[in-house]
Amino acid sequence: MSRTTIHTDAADAVAGIADGSTVLVGGFGMAGMPTHLVDALIEQGATDLTIVSNNAGNGDTGLAALLAAGRVAKVVCSFPRQSDSYVFDELYRAGRVDLEVVPQGNLAERLRAAGAGIGAFFCPTAVGTPLADGKETRTIDGRDYVLEYPIRGDVALVGAWKADTVGNLLYRKTARNFGPVMATAAKLVIVEVASVVDAGQIDPESVVTPGIYVDRVLNLSALSDATEAAS
Amino acid sequence: MTHTVESTVEHLDRGPLNRDELAAIVARGIPAGSYVNLGIGQPTTVAEHLDPAAGIVLHTENGMLGMGGQAFGDEIDGDLTNAGKIPVTETLGASYFHHADSFAMMRGGHLDVCVLGAFQVSRHGDLANWHTGAPDAIPAVGGAMDLAIGAKRVYVMMNLFAKDGTAKLVPQCTYPLTGLRCVSRVYTEVATFDIDSTAGEVVVLETFGIAVSALSERVEIELVTR
Repeated sequence: MSRTTIHTDAADAVAGIADGSTVLVGGFGMAGMPTHLVDALIEQGATDLTIVSNNAGNGDTGLAALLAAGRVAKVVCSFPRQSDSYVFDELYRAGRVDLEVVPQGNLAERLRAAGAGIGAFFCPTAVGTPLADGKETRTIDGRDYVLEYPIRGDVALVGAWKADTVGNLLYRKTARNFGPVMATAAKLVIVEVASVVDAGQIDPESVVTPGIYVDRVLNLSALSDATEAAS
Repeated sequence: MTHTVESTVEHLDRGPLNRDELAAIVARGIPAGSYVNLGIGQPTTVAEHLDPAAGIVLHTENGMLGMGGQAFGDEIDGDLTNAGKIPVTETLGASYFHHADSFAMMRGGHLDVCVLGAFQVSRHGDLANWHTGAPDAIPAVGGAMDLAIGAKRVYVMMNLFAKDGTAKLVPQCTYPLTGLRCVSRVYTEVATFDIDSTAGEVVVLETFGIAVSALSERVEIELVTR
């Protein structure tokens, strides 16, 4: 029996997320953004959250809505400022949300390091820039590197395309983005997928995220009427 | 091979390059068979000028090799965008991978060329393109720092002169840096430059609508000709 549980109710899928949690949220812009899970997190009510995601919300929905609801204390991201990031912009300028800007590749690799049990790593990105200020550096074989630490999540919310009943995941096109690394880097990994198939229906050679990383799957094709009506 | 010149060429029978002409000149400088990242914004227009027969493969930081042109109408798929979140298409032989792999590819020196915009480039090839340093600006770096130190060759595509007339090719950057000694070539509306970052030497390859002598008077760095 797989430890992975399949859910048809978004509220069940996000149950138990605690105040003060660090929540990794997949997606690059809206591609791969787990919008149902983020909406459910808003309903669930956890607050004082640290959100780790590439962007800081678009428009008025998803992460932007979570920010607007006042649930986010800090955003760790690579690119907060976008044409439609007005919710974040206003909160940031009002001093109501903290921001840690991380080069995009460092964000990905720090998440990867967390999932892979790496204590820290020396990275050439950002050497000599303000984003390396105060960080330990080392010269290795004549090249300068900055010491970077893992980013661990209490929870990861990931948008994938298809799961099987033991939690193996497939993604679709560039919606894959941060999903596979975030799925390795959090204690509780919750994934929303367009559909769930029986174990054996995904070619083992094609699995992108093995089920060991996945705790809960929200099956969007089988959402209960109540959830659908609320979303 | 990278497009290069034996000796500096002054094109004085014309004005400065317009944006489309500049994109075409950058495209000419990308060797056949290269794996290339065109960043976001203006550099992405270089794609329209690449020779389809040259076998150039486009990388996008959000996890794809073999990116095609912008998608329109029925082609638009929310799961398939470029780094600027604009819907794109896939070419035959395309592949998808996650973000850590995408940036490992970059940082590991597997990309031949990237093209980035810039606020300033120093004569040593230092790049400033992510933050003006203004107190009310919201800093946003994206993949710029990773690209700047990762690609084998970093091309900058920018106007040489800011709106106030000051040159953006400078002795030393005053804006916050993106990367140290990383820019190898600078394409601008009035001239193309190669940068020798070790020597701090800036070589003029071509000029458009201005003589090297006149250009030298408008920049605060020494320009070398071939």
